[in-house]
Amino acid sequence: MTNTLLDVRDLRVEFRTRDGVAKAVNGVSYSVDAGETLAVLGESGSGKSVTAQAVMGILDSPPGRVTGGEVLFRGRDLLTMGAEDRRRIRGAKLAMIFQDALSALNPVMTVGAQLGEMYEVHEGMTRKDARARAVGLMDRVRIPAAAQRAGDYPHQFSGGMRQRIMIAMALALEPDLIIADEPTTALDVTVQAQVMDLLAELRNEYDMGLILITHDLGVVADVADRIAVMYAGRIVETAPVRELYAAPAHPYTKGLLESIPRLDRKGRELYAIKGMPPSLTAVPPGCPFNPRCPLARDVCRTDRPPLYDVAPGRGSACHFWKETLGEG
Amino acid sequence: MRADGEAILEVRELVKHYPLHRGILFRKQVGAVHAVDDLSFDLRRGETLGIVGESGCGKSTVAKLLVHLERPTAGRILYKGEDVTRLSGRALKAVRRNIQMVFQDPYTSLNPRMTVGDIVGEPFEIHPEAAPKGSRRARVRELLEVVGLNPEHINRYPHQFSGGQRQRIGIARGLALRPEVIVADEPVSALDVSVQAQVVNLLARLQEEFELSYVFIAHDLSVVRHISDRVAVMYLGRFAEVGTDAEIYEHPTHPYTQALLSAVPVPDPLARARRDRILLSGDIPSPADPPSGCRFRTRCWKAREKCAEVVPGLEVPEWFRGGGPVAHVSACHFAEERRVVPG
Repeated sequence: MTNTLLDVRDLRVEFRTRDGVAKAVNGVSYSVDAGETLAVLGESGSGKSVTAQAVMGILDSPPGRVTGGEVLFRGRDLLTMGAEDRRRIRGAKLAMIFQDALSALNPVMTVGAQLGEMYEVHEGMTRKDARARAVGLMDRVRIPAAAQRAGDYPHQFSGGMRQRIMIAMALALEPDLIIADEPTTALDVTVQAQVMDLLAELRNEYDMGLILITHDLGVVADVADRIAVMYAGRIVETAPVRELYAAPAHPYTKGLLESIPRLDRKGRELYAIKGMPPSLTAVPPGCPFNPRCPLARDVCRTDRPPLYDVAPGRGSACHFWKETLGEG
Repeated sequence: MRADGEAILEVRELVKHYPLHRGILFRKQVGAVHAVDDLSFDLRRGETLGIVGESGCGKSTVAKLLVHLERPTAGRILYKGEDVTRLSGRALKAVRRNIQMVFQDPYTSLNPRMTVGDIVGEPFEIHPEAAPKGSRRARVRELLEVVGLNPEHINRYPHQFSGGQRQRIGIARGLALRPEVIVADEPVSALDVSVQAQVVNLLARLQEEFELSYVFIAHDLSVVRHISDRVAVMYLGRFAEVGTDAEIYEHPTHPYTQALLSAVPVPDPLARARRDRILLSGDIPSPADPPSGCRFRTRCWKAREKCAEVVPGLEVPEWFRGGGPVAHVSACHFAEERRVVPG
């Protein structure tokens, strides 16, 4: 038995919409070990957040529905577990950090009370003890003057400080795994760097697993160990972070890397992936990326590529991964 | 992209304060948000001036002042030598035709009840002299084609388009009156990476084609470097440092610029090991109560007494006047070069 914390297998999620059934997640598999950071990278609509919501069991349903797959947390399937068992795992073993801290926190409760509530509910502490633990936690995520600020409401904190409170809340019960959904997207770069550093430090200290959901290739490069790139509800490439940046094995990843302007380079024209991501109610047959792909051939329009083994620990869902790698 | 032309816009000592009131019955002013304080800069014909800064630094207020959506508290904006802030009525309208804006959010800046044709053609209703009535439809089709949209979609509504396409509609509207200056406030930050590159390339192509001058406002330092000839770094209503893209990115002399650059994640795991990281502590102070002297001093690791007492001027520091890439304006008493971008 390895120290695999979370093992998602062939997960499928659908949404019923007016335009038909949207297959938001279409057979996604990934796993995370203790102390490891997996980045799930994708653009809007790629299914990266929906996957996380299904794992956490906080999917909006209806209209969303898990239609297949397994979510094994330490070997137990969360999807078939009773609601009560699942609730006990969520928060205590498995926690989530959301993008928008202002809407994720309760505006009419002081942050000290919100953090303390975790201990009251899950560990049956008295209010006073819970409050003391909450202050300790705020100190831990380096909120200055924690004891005084515990009496403040969320709106009295800046964006970066609010995100720290979200992190404190996720950490409260010392979970084994944290899922962070775009934790720094709403923050300014100088604050973003502070928050990412804090997350990485806490991961090392508590030996937690971390799933980092993001659209930002730069943020990923700084903290992740492995990356899973999602497109139209599927994982199209998975690789250790350095290998992926050095030589992407999927044309979509390659296009993404080439299309971002770089701070350390100045070019005349940016490479642009043509077209736009497909609608999830009408994903093209074959490879979902084929209408935008420079390598697309007939087989790409008819046969859906499986996740080919490119190297140990590396996979690419492209019929022509060898060609892609060779160019890269 | 060239930057040798004469100044098309000259901004001098521009100030915008938003008053803060207290009381309902006896309203009185208790202070002011210092959104923009004493800004001076030129925009030259055919160049792109990038303005970067974090949220709350006043960069969007600058955009609004330039297109006259807001009136400045003090200062002047000269368009081809004429002070726009003093104009009104017909004369102002004539100037406005030449300075157009592209907004950040393509979801809220387009009227959902109007067709694309009406949106792009609306500037002609306000400035009828720009195109005779009979030819407007054809002009709109032409504009849609120029920005890479299908002219057949002229009767569609905004919700039928993706984010990137909507931003193209916003750009087409900005181009309708053949302006000389376009002020773009975060035009690509709401877009996905793969689509962002398309829009950045479009803006660059249009600049060549129509000889436009851009003021490009963004928080993303990489995008700004890519598109700008000159870059101004803004902090709490003032410019910290202004220079060519190479001067700012490769030879920054202001500590804020250095911290900002070092915080940008570079999409290359190997580069990160070689990087010089400066982690700033704390958040930006409130613009309603900006620090005395240098506004960056509360977060600056170099701050000394002088920084609290004397406001540093935006000028080339004496010790850098010998020339070379460090000889650009930097509002710091203790400016020194520190290279933070690898490569």
